[in-house]
Amino acid sequence: MSHWQHFRVWRGDSEKGELVDYPVEVNEGEVVLDIIHRLQQTEAQDLAVRWNCKAGKCGSCSAEINGRPRLMCMTRMSTFTEDEVITVTPLRAFPVIRDLVTDVSFNYTKAREVPSFAPPPDLAPGEYRMQQVDVERGQEFRKCIECFLCQNTCHVVRDHEENKEAFAGPRYLMRIAELDMHPLDVAQRRADDAQDEHGLGYCNITKCCSEVCPEHIKITDNALIPLKERVVDRKYDPLVWLGSKIFKRSGA
Amino acid sequence: MSEQIEHHYFDVVVIGAGGAGLRAAIEARLQGKRTAIISKSLFGKAHTVMAEGGCAAAMGNVNPNDNWQVHYRDTMRGGKFLNNWRMAELHAKEAPDRVWELETYGALFDRTADGKISQRNFGGHTYPRLAHVGDRTGLELIRTLQQKIVSLQQEDFAATGDYESHLRVFHECTITELFRTDGRMSGCFGYFRDDGRFVRFDAPAIVLATGGVGKSYQVTSNSWEYTGDGHALALRAGATLINMEFLQFHPTGMVWPPSVKGILVTESVRGDGGVLRNSEGKRFMFEYIPDVFREQYATSEEEGDRWYTDPDNNRRPPELLPRDEVARAINSEVKAGRGSPHGGVFLDIASRLSPEEIQKRLPSMYHQFKELADVDITKEPMEVGPTCHYVMGGVEVDPDSGMSTVPGLFAAGECSGGMHGSNRLGGNSLSDLLVFGRRAGLGAAEYVDGLDAVPAVAAADVAEAEQRALLPFSSATEGGENPFVVHLELQKTMNDLVGIIRKADEMELALKKLEDIATRTRTVSVEGRREFNPGWHLALDLRNMLLVSLCVARAALERQESRGGHTRDDYPAMDSDWRHVLLVCSALGEDNVELARKEQIPMRPELFDLFELDELKKYYTGEELGGHRAGSGEDS
Repeated sequence: MSHWQHFRVWRGDSEKGELVDYPVEVNEGEVVLDIIHRLQQTEAQDLAVRWNCKAGKCGSCSAEINGRPRLMCMTRMSTFTEDEVITVTPLRAFPVIRDLVTDVSFNYTKAREVPSFAPPPDLAPGEYRMQQVDVERGQEFRKCIECFLCQNTCHVVRDHEENKEAFAGPRYLMRIAELDMHPLDVAQRRADDAQDEHGLGYCNITKCCSEVCPEHIKITDNALIPLKERVVDRKYDPLVWLGSKIFKRSGA
Repeated sequence: MSEQIEHHYFDVVVIGAGGAGLRAAIEARLQGKRTAIISKSLFGKAHTVMAEGGCAAAMGNVNPNDNWQVHYRDTMRGGKFLNNWRMAELHAKEAPDRVWELETYGALFDRTADGKISQRNFGGHTYPRLAHVGDRTGLELIRTLQQKIVSLQQEDFAATGDYESHLRVFHECTITELFRTDGRMSGCFGYFRDDGRFVRFDAPAIVLATGGVGKSYQVTSNSWEYTGDGHALALRAGATLINMEFLQFHPTGMVWPPSVKGILVTESVRGDGGVLRNSEGKRFMFEYIPDVFREQYATSEEEGDRWYTDPDNNRRPPELLPRDEVARAINSEVKAGRGSPHGGVFLDIASRLSPEEIQKRLPSMYHQFKELADVDITKEPMEVGPTCHYVMGGVEVDPDSGMSTVPGLFAAGECSGGMHGSNRLGGNSLSDLLVFGRRAGLGAAEYVDGLDAVPAVAAADVAEAEQRALLPFSSATEGGENPFVVHLELQKTMNDLVGIIRKADEMELALKKLEDIATRTRTVSVEGRREFNPGWHLALDLRNMLLVSLCVARAALERQESRGGHTRDDYPAMDSDWRHVLLVCSALGEDNVELARKEQIPMRPELFDLFELDELKKYYTGEELGGHRAGSGEDS
């Protein structure tokens, strides 16, 4: 029930690197991460790879397999033919540390820029009441395991380092949408800030992020488009516009 | 040594960034302490994400009869009365507050019809008690705590202009040694995974929240991080471990395909109606209800099935017995030749709930089986078997403050011991780490406040720690073995010889093998450089796994009875004379341990009186029962 497969794994560091060929044994039921581990145990003890749960729950083992951003632990070997060459490379949008491990600190920086949940000041712990139907919208986004595949795939930053400064990426725009939809969050202007501060306008809804999401979250349809609609509603609603003008005048 | 070592000063250093560590760090920061969080992997990836079923807290949202006393009783029963009763008491009383607090951090739990936090049934819990989010509660917990940390950092940024002025996360950083000065904690030493550089933290208070030890076993639900680091660090720093013989084998791990063997199948499957069947199609759990639980569990399938809709007038099905009972039963069925094709039993939810309901209530399980095993759980049964899941044993701590026997060293969550006794109930882990994470953070802050002077780290200790960390690269280990090979052998030894069912001769053999593995661990050798080198990381983790395995094997050999997560083939019965005995491990150097017996402190009278005398008789010796209210009632 086992066969040999041709693997090509990117080895290197921030300065240089290359694809290295490995013939490796594959057994029934294995996933790509198993094969990477086998390489570590046999001929590449120092092959760097990030992983934790090996069950698709932690989002650590993100890589590009034959050019597609995927979790290595959720990519079954049976989805390839036995004579296929399998190429494993690190995530392209982030700087390489070593081999398959990249520096994903961009994401943690962006996470810190999103204002946190603002609890209602008059509600004590234990008094929160929310309906299931209302929490379900946010719960979909909270399924996110932060594998950063969407952040890696999004064309706004994938090949455009210069956009990273202004663009939070799908994961953190979705976080803003989640907070905006939280039944008890009292922060104002979340949608406006998404547009003005976090680069929502860069997104032109090509849905690449949704396609690579291992949790099958409909990032574009359920988070980004509704957030864009809220922006449009607020920015171009004549009443809101008038209100903001009057408010500005009185404040001046 | 010539290398310049990165150097930081903090009030409190929390080692571990799972639920317990993050909750401890939040508390220390709320108490005004400059706090560091050290995470072995990326921030937000800790093993807590794997928790599925929920967080037990007697909020009484679904059944108003629930309260802390009921939860306390369930916890003590689950642990076969070996628990540290003070910890179980604090846990039962404080868990609801800790869950409600998470909502103020932004958590979105599933709701009841009246908008409260919904609660689900779980093994060993009398009432629906587990706050949950589908079957991904652990992810919700870790993300919520992570986001609370970010929110505190944002507050600090507003106040000081620096996000990290009071709370800083060091991720992909592993601590290899703790420092003690004049008997007190003074700091710790470790390395960063990415470039292998060394780092030293000077801090008077250190909280261990490093989780469990499952990576010493071949079949486990635990990730690579679970190498018993906190357990071993504490031992080497002079602290003690208790209850190390008690390991929880979760009854339902995946058994096929081989690459996912051990991955968890949540108990919620059974809580939501799933049943266990053998190859003959029989619901075998009815045959395995032990005497101590006979009154609380249904004796017929009809009654068990009625319980799901009418729990007040029926007893629960035996599939929901505590985990140790279910794991042993599955083990027996497989041994008797009534197992499934891949050496497990069948867990059937497909014939019990509609496909829509299964996908709604158990989305991760649906996903996991579909993607990893190509099994559609809405159509076919799952194949499951026991997997090493949780260690009840851990650092011996003061229940109220979480401080170990070493001043300044605290522990919380899975790496601390006592709370769960000989067996943990499902759902009591997430609540444990919130309750005792907070308490350890608070305890650490108060300890720091009480210090006159901060102890200084000795330079010689730092040099020694550095030398030990570099040993696998040095010429002294040239020609030594590949750490992966030694690790596999350690795992096989523990799995085969100190596994779910134990025998004296097998454990003696295990100890012999461990002696040999100890020598080989000291001389493992690694290639390459220090930058993100998994071989080197494993070489250092290996000595922790070895030390912890020695504790497990030694304690398991010593305890001549079967109780909770410790089953002896040669001593199959529970023995009241062992209930009040704790086995305490301390380290003798890097790879030897010493075992001592210690008497458990008797339960406070008003807690003792929460139980009926008839139940206590099953666990206690005659002379221990004197103080019970039933006895004193007769006297007056």
